[in-house]
Amino acid sequence: MATRTITDPAEWVEGCRGRRIEEVVARCRELLEDPDFPTVAHWREQGGRVLGHFQVYFPEEIAHACGMLPVRVRGGAADGVEASQHFGSYLCSILKTSLDLALARRIELDLFVSHPICDGARNLAGIWGRNFPYKSQVLHLPQNPNTAAAFPFLAAEYRRLARDIAAAGGRPLDDDALRASLALYNRSRAQMRELYRLRRESPAKLSAQESAVLVGVAGVLPREQHVRLLEELLPRITARPAREQDKMRVVFEGGFCEVPPYDLLQAVARSCYVVDDDVWIGLRWLNSDVPTGGDPVANLAAAYIDRSSYSPVQHDNRKPREKMLLQRVRAARAEAVILAAAKMCEPGLDEQVGYAKALEHEGIPYFITEFEENQTTFDDISIQMETFVENILFA
Amino acid sequence: MSQAVAAFPSAAVSPNSSPATSAPAAWPEFVGRGSRESARLTREWFQGLTQAADEDRKAAFVFVMGSMSEVLRNFDLPIVFPEVTALQTAVRGTSEEYLVAAEDYGYSPDICGYLKADVAMHLRGGGHPMGRIPKPLIAIATNACNTYFKWTEAWERLYGAPIVSIDVPNPRAVRSLSRRGDADYAFELAYVKGQIEDLIAQCERLTGKRFDIDRFREHLGYANTMSRCWKELLELNARTPAVFSALTDGLAFLGMANCWRATPEGARYFEELLEEMRWRSANGVGAMLRKDGQDVPVEQRFRLGFMGVPCYALFRGFNEFFSDWGGIFVTSTYIRIASGGTAIGYEFDLADPITSFAEGTLLAVRSTQQDVLFDFPDIESNESMYQLDGIVYHGVKSCRTGSSALADRRLHTFEKRGIPSLLLESDIVDPRAVARAQMKNRADAFFEGLIARRQRQ
Repeated sequence: MATRTITDPAEWVEGCRGRRIEEVVARCRELLEDPDFPTVAHWREQGGRVLGHFQVYFPEEIAHACGMLPVRVRGGAADGVEASQHFGSYLCSILKTSLDLALARRIELDLFVSHPICDGARNLAGIWGRNFPYKSQVLHLPQNPNTAAAFPFLAAEYRRLARDIAAAGGRPLDDDALRASLALYNRSRAQMRELYRLRRESPAKLSAQESAVLVGVAGVLPREQHVRLLEELLPRITARPAREQDKMRVVFEGGFCEVPPYDLLQAVARSCYVVDDDVWIGLRWLNSDVPTGGDPVANLAAAYIDRSSYSPVQHDNRKPREKMLLQRVRAARAEAVILAAAKMCEPGLDEQVGYAKALEHEGIPYFITEFEENQTTFDDISIQMETFVENILFA
Repeated sequence: MSQAVAAFPSAAVSPNSSPATSAPAAWPEFVGRGSRESARLTREWFQGLTQAADEDRKAAFVFVMGSMSEVLRNFDLPIVFPEVTALQTAVRGTSEEYLVAAEDYGYSPDICGYLKADVAMHLRGGGHPMGRIPKPLIAIATNACNTYFKWTEAWERLYGAPIVSIDVPNPRAVRSLSRRGDADYAFELAYVKGQIEDLIAQCERLTGKRFDIDRFREHLGYANTMSRCWKELLELNARTPAVFSALTDGLAFLGMANCWRATPEGARYFEELLEEMRWRSANGVGAMLRKDGQDVPVEQRFRLGFMGVPCYALFRGFNEFFSDWGGIFVTSTYIRIASGGTAIGYEFDLADPITSFAEGTLLAVRSTQQDVLFDFPDIESNESMYQLDGIVYHGVKSCRTGSSALADRRLHTFEKRGIPSLLLESDIVDPRAVARAQMKNRADAFFEGLIARRQRQ
């Protein structure tokens, strides 16, 4: 068996300091795509406990306050052979590759948490429970955020989760510790919002694929380290010399769970500026600061329900997704939309229909496509994007 | 086949099947009544919907797992079960044209066929092979399946129908259910109760009618009768011979459990069905099929459990893969999860109807999730009261909830418990995803293995 790579996150972030932005992006991509999760391995080597949570949203602050490292389980580079005998045929890639990496012990956890976000993912806790000795469970994020009963339910559910985290080796949840974690994550989300503001305002300064790895690497780093990384990097991105080109501004929609490959985003970005997207939306789910006073658990629950983004895996009568997409398009001053979906992703594929009808109604051009996290050829998407853009420009 | 049997999926003639015994002339008149009545009531249900559509009366659109029928009956709303209407397009051999129409509209080939068949039907003005479906006044989704939400959103887009969600907390892990008296149980129950109160208020707004707690008690009482009977029916099949096939007769019973839930007709149907099945069980008259105009018992050489979702697209043919070898499905996950909450036998407390209804909803819906997502000891255990010779796992493209983990469950059931099993994949309504010859080959090999195993023993 090959020797596992172990990376000290603090040293790794320090190693990014002062490097060219392109180099930092390359390092982030390398770390994010490493199927051995070297920063997680380091955490465990230091005696720390790890909570792996499946996409899309998870209240990482609770795990953080309990002293565990929350790690985003979202597939990765794996052939899926180990996992293939555990799954049916009609499933998206990341369900399979996530299990594959765990079965191959490339990532080791102390607690696994999934969500009833889609009909495949809701099965993960059962599958994990049959195949690993550590506890796996479902965090029941409410699918009815439109009832007053959802607030006390979610707060109680978060407290239940905290008890299970403590049982898996974390510390008992302490309100002051949670307030400190809320403050840290508020800072982190503000940084991500700033990255996206920059992309909308000056898209030449930061491409979609660069943004995706700079944000996504938060899923495998202790959040303190990610905050350090962006603190050093954000001013330099702001000051990055970049000449705006006469490219079409587009929104990329459909990366909310399975993450589109870096090269795919790059292929799209060759033809246009991707000025907003839903990639890693779970990391950015809460769209304003969570109050740190009062009951921090209740505050975190209320933020999920009332101050949050949208995605195809949350039903909310207040947020019809086609209207939310149109808001995103208008806020970003986009001229067109890429409606993507991961292959076999039922929520994403369902949503394409509603999105397409709404965009047609508004006269906004769109381009429908599917992707897979481990696809390796991007020539087709490059050509299709060029054709799409030319069709609009010369129409 | 007689018209009486044709209206709803039911046991059907297999040219290769040989009945175990001939039908004695001295059987009571009520033998076979369950099949006949389910056919009649199914037609009546469709006629009621067609009449509502013709009179431009709007309906409540609901799903089988958490239908809220007990509440909706108070407001005199026709209740549409789109899963039932969608599956009927497959049973009638018309699903493909609906699916193609939905795909032309923009839906992917890789999503739920139920949803697509239903949307296509609405795009045709509600036209259905068995009648016409009215428009929705309200759409109610539980979280038992995420496609339920997508489906209600489709109706919202087509008709502007308001959506009410009933989100029921799932089991969080295997054998981890909260219990009455726990703090966790209390907050889960409060959440469900709050949503049911929201639903009642929304129905009052939409219909202009006041909620009548005494009528509600009446409907709960009918549902109690159905639950009591259904639970005993399921238990009757633990005996030999099994008195019904879970994959044919059981699906007809399911139609009644849902479409007539919380009604006097539904209560009467299940009381009479139980009367028939008790007699048959006591007198050794097992599951039957219709042959030459007569009901005759089917051969029962192998007792099987069925995990997953049926193949309505190949309804009779699928069952024949097994009945031709003397296999009978004595139980299934499906007759529990799709029974509208009747399978757990919970009876509502009429003295505290709202809280009790919330509790019954919590217990019923989370029970479906426990069965589908974690474990189902009735089938996946050596101690099952059904004394199974084997398990058939059937995954379908249309249902990720019930199909995603079947391969993993089969692996563990075989490795840890040594129960012979077969895994097949096709679809619930999409004939394009059904490879008949391959499935039959695999079923044949499965039985050859069962026979060899029996010979060794």
